[in-house]
Amino acid sequence: MLVAENITKRFSGVTALDTVCLEFLAGNVTAVIGENGAGKSTLMKILSGVYDDYEGQIRFKGEPVRFNSIRDAQACGIAIIHQELNLIPYLSITENIFLGREITTRWGTLDKKAMRQTSQKLLDKLKLDISPDTLVAELKVGQQQVVEIAKALLVESEVIIMDEPTSAISESEVAVLFDIITDLRRENKAIVYISHKLDELFTIADRYVVLRDGKSIESGSMQGIDHDTLIRKMVGRDITSIRRQANGRVHDTLLSVKNLCLKHPIRVQDNQLKNLSFTVGRGEIVGIFGLMGAGRTELLETLFGLHPKRSSGTVSLDGQYVQFRSPIHSITSGMALVPEDRKKDGLVLGMDVQTNISLTALENIEQTGFLSQKKETTLAKKYIADLRIKTPSEKQTARNLSGGNQQKIVLSKWLATNPKLLMLDEPTRGIDVNAKNEIYKLILQLADAGMGIIVVSSELPEILAISDRILVLCEGNLTAEMAVQDASEDSILKAAIPKTS
Amino acid sequence: MQLTLNSYRPFITKFQSLIALFILCLGISLMSDKFMTVANFWNVLRQISVNVCISTGMTLVVLTAGIDLSVGSVLALSGAITAGLLRNGIQLPSSNLYIGFTLLGATLAGLLTGSGLGWFNGWAITRFKLPPFVATLAMLTIARGLTMLWTEGFPITGLGDSFTFLGTGWFLGIPLPVWLSGIIVAIAVLVTNKTRLGRYIYAIGGSESAARLSGVNINKIKIAVYTIAGALAAVGGLLVTSRLDSAQPNAGTSYELDSIAAVVIGGTSLSGGRGSILGTVQGAIIIGVLNNGLVLLNVSPFWQQVVKGFVILLAVIIDKSNSKAD
Repeated sequence: MLVAENITKRFSGVTALDTVCLEFLAGNVTAVIGENGAGKSTLMKILSGVYDDYEGQIRFKGEPVRFNSIRDAQACGIAIIHQELNLIPYLSITENIFLGREITTRWGTLDKKAMRQTSQKLLDKLKLDISPDTLVAELKVGQQQVVEIAKALLVESEVIIMDEPTSAISESEVAVLFDIITDLRRENKAIVYISHKLDELFTIADRYVVLRDGKSIESGSMQGIDHDTLIRKMVGRDITSIRRQANGRVHDTLLSVKNLCLKHPIRVQDNQLKNLSFTVGRGEIVGIFGLMGAGRTELLETLFGLHPKRSSGTVSLDGQYVQFRSPIHSITSGMALVPEDRKKDGLVLGMDVQTNISLTALENIEQTGFLSQKKETTLAKKYIADLRIKTPSEKQTARNLSGGNQQKIVLSKWLATNPKLLMLDEPTRGIDVNAKNEIYKLILQLADAGMGIIVVSSELPEILAISDRILVLCEGNLTAEMAVQDASEDSILKAAIPKTS
Repeated sequence: MQLTLNSYRPFITKFQSLIALFILCLGISLMSDKFMTVANFWNVLRQISVNVCISTGMTLVVLTAGIDLSVGSVLALSGAITAGLLRNGIQLPSSNLYIGFTLLGATLAGLLTGSGLGWFNGWAITRFKLPPFVATLAMLTIARGLTMLWTEGFPITGLGDSFTFLGTGWFLGIPLPVWLSGIIVAIAVLVTNKTRLGRYIYAIGGSESAARLSGVNINKIKIAVYTIAGALAAVGGLLVTSRLDSAQPNAGTSYELDSIAAVVIGGTSLSGGRGSILGTVQGAIIIGVLNNGLVLLNVSPFWQQVVKGFVILLAVIIDKSNSKAD
């Protein structure tokens, strides 16, 4: 259906794609896999008409095509569903589906009835049991994804590209999505599926295409391929995954939290965190698991002083009471937070690597009131070397680095403050396998050096791999606490799922 | 051919304002023989120095992704306060009280007025989370109204030679206003490039949430920035008042627009985090030279505004296409 021949794309001298050849077949789900920075997103942007300055040839149903815009590609029948959804929150489902393609009456006014009927039909087909008049803002992320798919179906797309469609949705929503994909496959559409979650691919994909360093390495049928083989193809070598050897060592208490509560921002009588008490030892890694809305992120934010007016309870770090007043106080008392949204909260994307690293520790590079360029570069180079950040220089803009390297910059800037307690919120989200393992190793090293560490994660294997002790949150309550050797995926999940009364 | 153009591109991008300025000067001097004279050179620089002062403060504000619409009114009130205190002091007829002001006292009072209004802007923006556009728009009206009240709608004139020396005097062959704005620019360049304050200003503009989580005291920095902008507007007020030997109640009207234009032409992004003081200085010079040239060429004041508008558009379009190419 869609064939790419010798596609090459350069960004100001850097080759992002190098003579990539691949094909997507009708009635097939093709998984495009590769580490971050392998060129997946760039390729998808070319196929969907975002970039038009590339070398090589794209054939669609045998005909050579060249798209100059997303509209071009859409008109031909190629739709892309981006990782970040492109819906307008305060318009209804119908208005979003028809945005830019409104049906009008012969008077030139909107034919709301016809549009509503069509979107109702699309929603029925996709088994989304919600009125098409609902505002998108009121939908869950998974449902919004379905609306995006409805948009793609409206224009009779024959190729549908999905970029990390399951990165933000729950397992039941994933099941719904897979049902939809199966239906689309039956209708002879070509589905291009990009995901870091390899397990999903075995469920849904028929074929795979591997990209590595901008080159197309291999493609084939998913039949008879196993997890490890797939990883080997992506990375180009074996990866030994690490496991924390919990050897029953005793940690003396570093952080002690008592009766921590956080009021709900709107419903004041409700608590988002309910009387949490726990400790973290020196050199201990505590993993915190919980489903969406369990209060994981809120817990870290509260400890870091981001909700001073809504929180209560006592926290002491290294024997000193910590007041939840502002991040400034938490940082001076020895805390550090690697936030969930790296691009928005972790980094100033427009600034270079060096300025991002030094941002938390400017007083250390000050000399008689002025910032010392030399000290700053030395600081940055130290962390670039220590954490093996892959960047052409310390002056590279943070935006241009891959997710894994960006995360290493965030870690660097916190290590520069010599924290006693390091809190990480989804530290490996959207990061490829290789960088993931490097970050795990780093976390283990830091713990061995005596730092207390809290890792919040929604991925069970991750929690099990690096924690010494696991806390489970469910609707703001601490529902379980277990040493890693006593924990299993089952026992953790059981504690995380709300009891329906 | 395309290859040659591309290889020069970084050079062109880096010095585009200077190149534009050079072409502008060349064009005007071809059409008017009054442009390239020593007298006119200093005249242009003297005129520009007011906008340079204001725009330096404006740049800091815009780098934090804010805006200050009140600078023109703050300039007027600060100048009027200084002029009024210098001329009349404070008289309270009811208690027979009279306080006279020395030159230094009146000048400091003007600067304090500007800083105070700027501080108020910053306080309102951070305390009530107001959009800077709204808060400073309100201040634009408030400060203009206060100026009218203070001056009762009439110019305050006859301020004495020692005060007018600031706006008209020379030192080492260079006009005093040029010295003053030069020193302000030098300090601002140092602050933006070499100090924590400067770094925090860029960080806040680049990503306020990332800056907050990194332990930057956002409110403190923002209040500081608006206070500085107010103080520099007051400096502009002193220069204007002193040059004219008169504080006009409607002084500085629409100066905020020239100032924002200088900032934008100088390549500072209105969404914050990107830009520089020296860029703004180039922007201010371009506007100043353009104003001067259009007057020398006898272009009608109405057309002058049209031309200026198009120059601003052009500058932003070029800047946009450059940042896209990066």
